[in-house]
Amino acid sequence: MDFDLNEDEAALQEGVRSFCAGRFDMETVRSLADSAGVDRGRWRELADTGVFGLRLPEADGGVGLGLTEAVLVFEELGRAVVPGPILASHLAAGLVDGALSGDRVVGLVERPAHPVLVEHLDALDALVVVDDEGLHLVEADAISGEPVGRPLDPWTPLHVVADLPAGQVIGGPEDAARWRLEGAVLAAAQLLGIAGATVELGTAYAKEREQFGKPIGTFQAVKHILADMLTRAEVARAAVYAAGVTLDDPSVGDPARAAHGAKLIAGEAGIANGKACIQVHGGMGFTWEVDAHLYLKRAFVLDTVFGSGDVHAEAMAALV
Amino acid sequence: MDLRYSAEEEAFRAELVEWLDEVLPTVGPPPGNQNDWDARRAYDTAWQRMLFDQGYAGINWPTEVGGRGASPAEHLIFLEETERRGAPYVGVMFVALLHAGPTLIAEASPEQKAAHLPAILRGDQVWCQGFSEPQAGSDLASLRTRAVRDGDEYVINGSKIWTSNAQVADYCELLVRTDPDAPKHKGISWLILPMDTPGIDIRPLRSVPGTEEFSEVFFDDVRVPVANRVGDENDGWRVAMVTFSFERGTAFVSEMLASMQLVEQLAAAAKKVTRGSGTAWDDAGLRRDIGQVAADLDALWALVKRNVTQASRTGVPGPGGSVFKLHYSEVRHRLGLLGERVFERAGLALDDVAGMGNGPHVEGLLHAISISIAAGTTQIQRNIVAERILGLPKDR
Repeated sequence: MDFDLNEDEAALQEGVRSFCAGRFDMETVRSLADSAGVDRGRWRELADTGVFGLRLPEADGGVGLGLTEAVLVFEELGRAVVPGPILASHLAAGLVDGALSGDRVVGLVERPAHPVLVEHLDALDALVVVDDEGLHLVEADAISGEPVGRPLDPWTPLHVVADLPAGQVIGGPEDAARWRLEGAVLAAAQLLGIAGATVELGTAYAKEREQFGKPIGTFQAVKHILADMLTRAEVARAAVYAAGVTLDDPSVGDPARAAHGAKLIAGEAGIANGKACIQVHGGMGFTWEVDAHLYLKRAFVLDTVFGSGDVHAEAMAALV
Repeated sequence: MDLRYSAEEEAFRAELVEWLDEVLPTVGPPPGNQNDWDARRAYDTAWQRMLFDQGYAGINWPTEVGGRGASPAEHLIFLEETERRGAPYVGVMFVALLHAGPTLIAEASPEQKAAHLPAILRGDQVWCQGFSEPQAGSDLASLRTRAVRDGDEYVINGSKIWTSNAQVADYCELLVRTDPDAPKHKGISWLILPMDTPGIDIRPLRSVPGTEEFSEVFFDDVRVPVANRVGDENDGWRVAMVTFSFERGTAFVSEMLASMQLVEQLAAAAKKVTRGSGTAWDDAGLRRDIGQVAADLDALWALVKRNVTQASRTGVPGPGGSVFKLHYSEVRHRLGLLGERVFERAGLALDDVAGMGNGPHVEGLLHAISISIAAGTTQIQRNIVAERILGLPKDR
């Protein structure tokens, strides 16, 4: 048992972190609101970095890693609030042409749902519909939707789609179940990234911002907010990393239980920390200019992906 | 990251489980009267002796001093399997095994080690802790109990509080002020105090659950040989803190694992308790809250594995200990409240009523109140996390 990053994992984490810092800095991320969250050039760079083919065998053009490593990569993508259907394209790589190379942008939507809200539709080439029967591939130009005028997260634009075409079956019920489990863990990893990034953002501000003649981080009322944020992030980290490892090797635990717990806890951590980060920033935190709201809004989006907190709490209860 | 146990670790588990299955049926239940300290001492030290005879005493103590020298993973296996099988707790041996003993291992002279460590491992020596004082709680370093040199003895006057097992302890790890003029952390010494020394007055304190878990201990011209000092004079603060690096992030792990069993029992009870035309389990809100606590406890178990890994890599426990304690306290409060929701009126009884199985949950509800206070309050833990991990400025 050795439950911390090994050398390769640490190098992977560091590599993705510096890639995001260089290619998805906050200014770039903010600019992506103008293109439905996706810039084709940057999207191919994500593909070249191996984000989509991470878990495909090397023989199929992938990187040949597992969910343990994917969790670390998606944590970094969450930390950088990289927008776009990265999780969908990652899951679709190897199954949908062009997803692996980044030549085609692939999204996903879960069913049954009412209304059906499709993310990033204007940037998509194809959409995978996930339901109990399996996976269904629909070409994006076959989908007509009504855009939502003011999406909660402007970097995750939404369309209301009244009639989803049937599409082509590309996977059965087991594939859909696997997507749901893996997707929950990877969304949880992004939420973990948000939970961690907001601790850093809030802490940096509390050290620099002065009131009453002192940095506000001197005051216990502020300190304790930040300590609680770190606690949420570290508990979520343990849960999410354990879920990644457990899905790779079910001999160490129950993958479903690990995934439900991870998504539940990381969802709460992402949302609570996003909110707390704004609180630490005071009035400035409520402005568009300060980045804190990007994290909170993305956390709200990700919490709904592959099951919100209530869904996973109910699933945990069934496993107690 | 790897959560698998090695073949050696699994062999350790198999051997342990085989022994536990063999001996636990011969070990009776703990004394029913929690205020009968003689019975508690007899029960807990008998279990310690059994562990000693089987080579499990001092599971994480180094082999040089007679410990098992188990790896961190084996230590977790030991905690997991003893808890799962309902083995006795460390009980009155906790200060000796988890705090005073490790301090002696790190800092004591060869003579001091020889006088105490083997006896602790055999269960022949029970220790208590004299650290906190009525005026020195969270601000422990402001302690005032004085030790004045008189030839080759210290003369001690003052008082200590929150001293567990004082009634039955043979020795006390005692922090005293030896230099009242030095800065508060620099004038403290660490002494081995035999509890049969004249001038010690023990007054039990009744705690919220109604038991006498702690005592106040008064010292009136108590004379202790200078030879009983561990470490240099006025270096006692460092000596006391050294022990925390021994801990490896396993504090509270046994009871955290016990909490998982409480959740399972609570879910089972909720499925039986009548509510309207169905059971309490039909309440989706209650169900989800139980699911949430289960998820939190799973996450804490994973966090323990991270903490133990980090401690074994670096030799010192990481920040995870405070994080674990903060979250565990909070989860236990929630679990206690959930018990009250499930049992309703039966949640007003510490004893089982009408076969409901409410007792352990109501006990847990009251115990949870102490967790966010003992061993560093939640507020102090938050300061530690904010200042030592996040690097925020001190205001004190």
